[in-house]
Amino acid sequence: MNSKEHLVIVGNGMAPGRLLEHLLELAPDRYKITIFNAEPRVNYNRLMLSPVLSGDKQYEDIITHDDQWYQWHGIELHKATPINSIDVQEKCVTTAAGSVHSYDKLVIATGSSPIVIPLPGHDLSGVMVYRDLDDVEAMLQAASKVAKAVVIGGGLLGLEAAAGLHEQGMQVSVVHLADHLMEKQLDSAAGYLLAQSMKAKGIDIYTSANTSEITGEESVAGVTLDDGTHIPAQLVVMAVGIRPSTALAESAGLAVNRGVLVDDQMRTSDKSVYGLGECVEHRGVCYGLVAPLYDMAKELALELTGQSARYKGSVVSTKLKVSGIDLFSAGDFLADENGGGKGGGKGSGKNEEEIVVRDATMGVYKRLVVKENQITGIVLYGDTSDSAWFLDLLRKKEDIERMRPTLVFGQAYQGGAQLDPTAAVAALADSAEICGCNGVCKSAVVNSINNGNQTLDSIRSKTKASASCGSCTGLVEQLLKLTLGDQYQSAAVAPMCQCTQLGHADVRRLIKARKLKSINAVMQALEWQSSCGCAKCRPALNYYLVCDWPEEYEDDYQSRFINERVHANIQANSTFSVVPRMWGGVTSSSELRAIADVVDKYNVPMVKVTGGQRIDMLGVKKDQLPAVWHDLGKAGFISGHAYAKGLRTVKTCVGKQWCRFGTQDSTGLGIRLEKYLWGSWTPAKVKLGVSGCPRNCAEATCKDIGVICVDSGFDLHFAGAAGLDVKGTELLGHVTDEDAVEEHVSALLQMYREQGHYLERIYKWAKRVGIDEIRRQIMEDSAMRTAYAARFSQSQSIAQFDPWAERASGQVQTHEFGARKLKSVEYVA
Amino acid sequence: MTMSATKWVEVCHIHDIPARGAIRVEFGNHTIAIFRTFDNTVRALEDHCPHKGGALSAGIVHDDCVTCPLHNWVISLESGKALGEDVGRVNKYAVRVRNEKVFLETPTTVALSVA
Ligand code: SRM
Ligand SMILES: Cc1cc2nc3c(=O)[nH]c(=O)nc-3n(C[C@H](O)[C@H](O)[C@H](O)COP(=O)(O)OP(=O)(O)OC[C@H]3O[C@@H](n4cnc5c(N)ncnc54)[C@H](O)[C@@H]3O)c2cc1C
Ligand code: SF4
Ligand code: FES
Repeated sequence: MNSKEHLVIVGNGMAPGRLLEHLLELAPDRYKITIFNAEPRVNYNRLMLSPVLSGDKQYEDIITHDDQWYQWHGIELHKATPINSIDVQEKCVTTAAGSVHSYDKLVIATGSSPIVIPLPGHDLSGVMVYRDLDDVEAMLQAASKVAKAVVIGGGLLGLEAAAGLHEQGMQVSVVHLADHLMEKQLDSAAGYLLAQSMKAKGIDIYTSANTSEITGEESVAGVTLDDGTHIPAQLVVMAVGIRPSTALAESAGLAVNRGVLVDDQMRTSDKSVYGLGECVEHRGVCYGLVAPLYDMAKELALELTGQSARYKGSVVSTKLKVSGIDLFSAGDFLADENGGGKGGGKGSGKNEEEIVVRDATMGVYKRLVVKENQITGIVLYGDTSDSAWFLDLLRKKEDIERMRPTLVFGQAYQGGAQLDPTAAVAALADSAEICGCNGVCKSAVVNSINNGNQTLDSIRSKTKASASCGSCTGLVEQLLKLTLGDQYQSAAVAPMCQCTQLGHADVRRLIKARKLKSINAVMQALEWQSSCGCAKCRPALNYYLVCDWPEEYEDDYQSRFINERVHANIQANSTFSVVPRMWGGVTSSSELRAIADVVDKYNVPMVKVTGGQRIDMLGVKKDQLPAVWHDLGKAGFISGHAYAKGLRTVKTCVGKQWCRFGTQDSTGLGIRLEKYLWGSWTPAKVKLGVSGCPRNCAEATCKDIGVICVDSGFDLHFAGAAGLDVKGTELLGHVTDEDAVEEHVSALLQMYREQGHYLERIYKWAKRVGIDEIRRQIMEDSAMRTAYAARFSQSQSIAQFDPWAERASGQVQTHEFGARKLKSVEYVA
Repeated sequence: MTMSATKWVEVCHIHDIPARGAIRVEFGNHTIAIFRTFDNTVRALEDHCPHKGGALSAGIVHDDCVTCPLHNWVISLESGKALGEDVGRVNKYAVRVRNEKVFLETPTTVALSVA
């Protein structure tokens, strides 16, 4: 017996469990084996802790190797025996109790430990982590006594803990720092679907949420977030990440970075000591999932039996073990180590492409990232049946060019000749469902076409096919082509952009009809063909959502054009121009003085009077903007929104107060309108003019909305233009007092806000919907008018804040303005 | 953490860059735009559009591309090349994310630190 080499293993987790299996198979008698484990139990399947927590399994069900197994193989297992130190010179280990054991070869497999953020209150009773069976038992005990739990961390572990506690009858909230759940494994489209599924289970999800404090006296009372939100809870689970357990190796003098450093043979810096599992760092990567650890275990077994071993790193994939949720990701979707390769900037010049399919009814989202005809990344949500096949293609770096058109539909669709889309539709059975929303089958659509409905619109109104989410529009068009042949002229609805088949009108309609309240919700429900839209559709969607759900939707700044993001106009040289509001074009000596001071203080290269009756400071550097705004703000200025798809200027003339022809106070009315309308977002920019008499010195008759004062009151005009097109206004109607002007103008503006397509100025919108129809709704239908005006007023109640003051405070969107400065410290050869 | 020699310099935490957005990093005469895409890939390009020098950091980020704010060229974040009909290419820099920290490969042989 003593002639055998002595193999000592520290840690008895998943990785050594697998190592022993390989080793016993390769060379059952080669080593005398001793294992020390801090945990007071045999080897069990850590992955299955979540089913134990949810009550689906018992501890006994998840044991991998029981006591008998160790006895049978002659392995000495010391339970509840942590190793305190290693002496690599003397080749021995010392247990916490002080007994010393020598080794010939040592394997360090200490795994990792959960990170505990040292928040105020982190040491209260009731704050737990999630790593081993003791933690599960503690959580189960708590769940039987108390009602509310908060899980900090919306990654894999946090969500499994949340689902488990929820199964135990607790009311659970998840607090997550990043903007979407599982951000290391999922893109935000899949993260959105995941949040929807968790919410549907009854679990509250807080994203972009930073915990500032865990409250309570002795035991936990709740969790407070940065924004002041307080979530009551008697149990808090911290699942914010893991850290490789390297202390033992480090104190033994072994080379350690983030993990214990190992080479391709799993050797540490000492030739008799190996590292294995989550505690190691291999080629710069620390792993947190079992598949790579199994690969390591296999190689280490070869190495320990004197065969050539070479661990080259692993491609990891993720699944979430929460019942009812199918999710899979692999490859270049990780922000951290495991995906580090993608950030390496080693681009070959050939660009990545993505293939995206979404099925709104089934809640499916699939995205493949393809580079040089190879799959490099996979995200699947809702239907993961092809995950193994995709992963295999990814790992083998298979050339997918031939399968490209049907690749994303999965393995079942491969092989055989390429189907052209019309042939594919022709091949569908008569009973095949075309429109999922309205349950219309192929034969119903074909019959309707044969009965004379030969346009998309008439099929929509007769059969309801493609009348709801519109995502089957393509299929219906194929059927029209198939049935009518060359006779069919495809409807000329221009899609919003390349990400969708739908035009602006359909998208606006569906956002309201289906109560879509986020960009992700729109993209999923309307089956966007890209993962996160493009520079054309995103600003449009953001506007539609801002307009339609003013109180619920959170403005997405990353979907706004730079000017609206930083509230200034970008110039040819990437400096900015600053145009403060000068109500109705009226100013004062103190305002002018403040502008002069700003120009001097910040060396503004040019000051110009604009065509919109105000003053433009041009050439301000981006990082100067907040300070410039601060100074202007002190003088009472707010943003002039010269950059906005929103209210720009209200030009006025001097009017009755000074002008010998003036009939009304046009200056005062212009200012009143500007003060009421500013801050509103609109499909395109909106400019007003108010002239004191028909001589029209404020050029009101070429503005989006114009008011001409006359003796008997006010003529209201709209739909003028003087830019790319020049067009005189149309007469909307006549009113007799200023209150009526305000009501009619705001109603008109709201009607345009609700119906306009993004970037469509009022004159183009009016041409599309009809001047008469607008006149009817605003002038004749007083119920409609007051409803529009009320919705406008409602929306304004939260829209009127000065974006400059917000940013000058240094609290909002700070990353936009400053640049981080790198300075040189040292030269290397 | 110890870094291999002095080649990589830590710039920020990954959450300091908005998803589908960018921050700017300056050194000497260079400005580098560091982007974070919607799937959390981090990329770095010279902040200078190959067309007429627009600040790419001010563009709209979608998929693995940025649309320049000045005249809407679409630049691949991965390769730095203009896509579609447009022709041109901007310098790219190696970045990597370790433990949620973003590191930039120093663009010259000068080793840098964040001021
Ligand atoms: C500053 C100013 C010129 C000036 O020095 O006077 C100006 C400057 C610009 N105009 Fe203008 N327009 C200015 C008054 C006008 C006017 C005159 C007016 O408002 O009475 C018009 C014609 C009236 C109209 O809008 O119909 C005008 C019609 C345009 C157009 C054409 C719009 C159209 O739909 O036809 C554009 C292009 C666009 O918006 O896409 C444009 C776009 C621009 C942009 C924003 C170009 C751009 O996208 O960067 C310029 C920004 C410069 C800057 O950073 O400040 N500007 N622009 C004027 C600012 C007014 C203000 O106080 O806010
Ligand atoms: C709840 C949960 C669910 C998971 N789900 C998945 C999943 O679905 N898919 C997946 O791939 N991965 C999952 N993981 C991760 C997976 O469990 C780990 O990657 C894996 O267990 C790591 O194996 P290991 O052997 O390196 O370390 P561990 O399994 O952590 O084992 C390390 C052992 O070493 C012991 N030890 C530490 N220091 C000493 C010492 N000084 N002396 C003696 N003993 C010591 C510890 O007590 C521990 O028992 C999950 C993890 C958890 C906690
Ligand atoms: S007319 Fe307007 S858009 Fe054209 S250069 Fe002058 S300011 Fe710029
Ligand atoms: S400068 Fe970028 S597109 Fe013109």
